[in-house]
Amino acid sequence: MTVAIFLTEQSRILVQGITGSEGRKHGARMLAAGSKVVGGTNPRKAGQTISLHDAEVPVFGTVAETIAQTGADVSVIFVPPAFTKAAVIEAIDAEIPLAIVITEGIPVHDTAEFWAYAQAKGNKTRIVGPNCPGLASPGKSNAGIIPADITSEGRIGLVSKSGTLTYQMMYELRDIGFSTAVGIGGDPIIGTTHIDALAAFQDDPQTEAIVMIGEIGGDAEERAAAFISENVTKPVVGYVAGFTAPEGKTMGHAGAIISGSAGTAQAKKEALEKAGVRVGKTPSETAALARELLRTR
Amino acid sequence: MDLFEYQAKELFAEYGVPVPKDKVANTAEEAREITAAFAGEGIPQVVVKAQVKVGGRGKAGGVKLAEGPADAFDKAQRIIGMDIKGHTVHRVLIAEATDIKSEYYLSFLLDRANRTFLSICSVEGGVEIEEVAHTNPDAIARIAIDPLTGVDHAKALEIVRAGRIPAEAEEGAAVLAERLWAMFTDEDATLAEVNPVVLTPDGKVLALDGKVTLDDNAGFRQEHERFADIESTDPIEARAKEKHLNYVKLEGEVGIIGNGAGLVMSTLDVVAYAGEEFGGVRPANFLDIGGGASAEVMANGLEIVLSDPGVNSVFVNVFGGITACDAVANGIVSAVALLKERGEAVNRPIVVRLDGNKAAEGRQILRDAGLPIVEQVDTMDGAAKRAAELASAAKGA
Repeated sequence: MTVAIFLTEQSRILVQGITGSEGRKHGARMLAAGSKVVGGTNPRKAGQTISLHDAEVPVFGTVAETIAQTGADVSVIFVPPAFTKAAVIEAIDAEIPLAIVITEGIPVHDTAEFWAYAQAKGNKTRIVGPNCPGLASPGKSNAGIIPADITSEGRIGLVSKSGTLTYQMMYELRDIGFSTAVGIGGDPIIGTTHIDALAAFQDDPQTEAIVMIGEIGGDAEERAAAFISENVTKPVVGYVAGFTAPEGKTMGHAGAIISGSAGTAQAKKEALEKAGVRVGKTPSETAALARELLRTR
Repeated sequence: MDLFEYQAKELFAEYGVPVPKDKVANTAEEAREITAAFAGEGIPQVVVKAQVKVGGRGKAGGVKLAEGPADAFDKAQRIIGMDIKGHTVHRVLIAEATDIKSEYYLSFLLDRANRTFLSICSVEGGVEIEEVAHTNPDAIARIAIDPLTGVDHAKALEIVRAGRIPAEAEEGAAVLAERLWAMFTDEDATLAEVNPVVLTPDGKVLALDGKVTLDDNAGFRQEHERFADIESTDPIEARAKEKHLNYVKLEGEVGIIGNGAGLVMSTLDVVAYAGEEFGGVRPANFLDIGGGASAEVMANGLEIVLSDPGVNSVFVNVFGGITACDAVANGIVSAVALLKERGEAVNRPIVVRLDGNKAAEGRQILRDAGLPIVEQVDTMDGAAKRAAELASAAKGA
């Protein structure tokens, strides 16, 4: 049996902000990758259609209407930061099962609010992101901005805070291939965490090994390490970026900042290794470790 | 963005968080004038406080009590220009000296693990809260704040009671907490810390010191630029910011350009490891040129990186995901041409590693261009090693 996590060939994708430049560009790329992009929203262009790749995609006024008309069950959100909170809240109100927030640069107070809102509404919507590349289940569906043509379908599950490092790893291990790659984003508050993805990969029959990519800031990797020792029996390989990052300097991702002694790459690496995770020194070494683990299985 | 104490207190005052009367002085003369004016208003004693974004000012001699204008002048003269843990003191805060009966701790901050906000409150203030957490963990209360309901007066009372702040200070501390929360949310702060909150002998509750961090992502709806710390910003970082480049200056010899924050962070690490073999050369900067990587962005990036005189070699590390490597290669070729047109000397070696989407095409474009300063290496680890080697050779030369 081949499955994947969170995103499968049945997934029906809607794009919030489908008429914007990012929405159009990536809507077309998702379609080209074989994803079922069934509609999008823009209240001012409701009733129109938009030409993407080889399809005419209908535009609706609201998420609820899109779901009612198309059976969409995944929303990919591309709206600008000032409007993202409202867009996510709309998706939560419409009870879409999966909302992937690609938008970068969202104030953390907005993320905290929409996350709290999702909890208050009974946690019916899985939120991925914000500031993430989205999800790719190669050969099945692609929801977000992960390039579809750099890898293949296979047996590795990947969860990562970083976009380009995700791509690098998918490319290096393209011959083995991936069940699902989950870009969880590098912001201080994110919806789906390393732990959520690890739990799903542990239960996914297609996934035989897991690669986990972290970076400095916060203690998500330490918590993931604790979760792995308790709950994950599949082999896990890890990588942590930011060993040379100085304290107090933000390195691109809003979450990637070391304050005080907490959140260092060294501490994360040690926690992961204590949990039995083999941690690579470089992305290539990490890929080699994953390869080795799968060879011996 | 971290604020100076005087900036934090400006915000406190705006939101009605009670603070002692104070004014910032850029020179010892200004310190004298301010103290004289305070004396005229019946404030005989002031505290002269170094304004640096680092803890431990007091121990370093950066906080002094002054009796009158002449004394304030002397103290300010000694403090301004002082180096505290690598931070130069450019100005001092002249604050009314406050009689202290008790000191407490209060803060609001982001709770990443629980994806919400948190208030920390303690009856033990005036010392490092980490120290209290170590010596007397029971004295610290952590109260989760629901972002949807925030902190009203009832919640504020819950916080100060949980922190075991005594009854005589309870109401004052609750008002302070409520207003501090208003500032925290309205200003898009990720940290608002008051340490100490003090109770005066006459029963007033004041914020004696403050630390505030503002969310850089909220720039579009806030006027945070007014707090920008221009004099301590590295001049190259300032120029990079003008060009909308995500650049952080470090102390090293290998200039770094890459796409994507995670990949660039990783590149710094890989270069540092490689550098261990070559006399300890280190990455000179962080520069993420993002997904697009047009010729212009690449040219601006190269120019910024090469404007650092400490850079001996440059490592361009690009993974072609959405951006194809042929476009990136064209970007590098045009960037070098553009820099030459601008009259920049492009004479330090550039090691390029292209991988991913259309890597073969990109590599061919660079080969065809035949630029003598550009050298290609196929893998990230190999390219890092070569860039470190070249930087080390130039260092030795």
